[in-house]
Amino acid sequence: MKKKKIIDSEIKKRDFASGGEVSSKLKSLLRKLGVNNKDIRRTSIITYELEMNLIIHSEGGKLKAFIDTEEIIIVSDDNGPGIKDIDRAFEPGYSTATDDIRELGFGAGMGLNNVKRFSNDIEVESKPGEYTKLKAIITIEK
Amino acid sequence: MKLKEIKEHLNLKEIYEIPNKVDIDVTTACGADLMSDVLAFSNAKTMLITGLTNPQVIRTSEMIGIKIVIFVRGKNPVKETIELAKEKEILLYMTEKPMFEACGILFNLGVKPEKMVKIE
Repeated sequence: MKKKKIIDSEIKKRDFASGGEVSSKLKSLLRKLGVNNKDIRRTSIITYELEMNLIIHSEGGKLKAFIDTEEIIIVSDDNGPGIKDIDRAFEPGYSTATDDIRELGFGAGMGLNNVKRFSNDIEVESKPGEYTKLKAIITIEK
Repeated sequence: MKLKEIKEHLNLKEIYEIPNKVDIDVTTACGADLMSDVLAFSNAKTMLITGLTNPQVIRTSEMIGIKIVIFVRGKNPVKETIELAKEKEILLYMTEKPMFEACGILFNLGVKPEKMVKIE
């Protein structure tokens, strides 16, 4: 069954003022679609972490969400700078964030961990200097 | 524990309150200055105690269904934070107490931590 695209948004580099708007929109859409609260919450966490990652770390990119009756797919697709060591990026506490980011309460090296923890499956693909593409799959509980 | 009782014990100053919501029952809470730590909790209806005052605190709360945010150490949030809280109907309070003391008082009153989901 083909999934329906429900979010396709441009996320700008360092646009902290809008941080969370796309995740908030997705949360409302999922509620309207009648998805259960537990899966809405974990999808919201995943999307928000990815949205903030795009703002904090990337050169800008896109956040997309797809849904059918079985699962929700969140895709974060950016224009760089890419992740040199993907395994390290998933280590709890590992972060490349600067102090100004930490002052905002982010950059503690737990973001991707949360994405992994609340997803049923994730796929990451990255080329240093070029891009990072992350796909998070959330199976909808019946 | 009702929110109105917590208000007395922590001597909370209202920043944004919806009067008919002070009867909310608060059974669990979390205290953190790192938003990813807050997002590690996936259960709903938590109270957040934090020293951060930027709008991302409200966004983070919205994502996991937190209804009440308490700012510690006499910190007042910026205007944008208050505006967003009003839009999302998230109650905001401030206490002069530091984080450790505020959390300790709540814990003694019977407000408990939430169970964290394990990383597989």
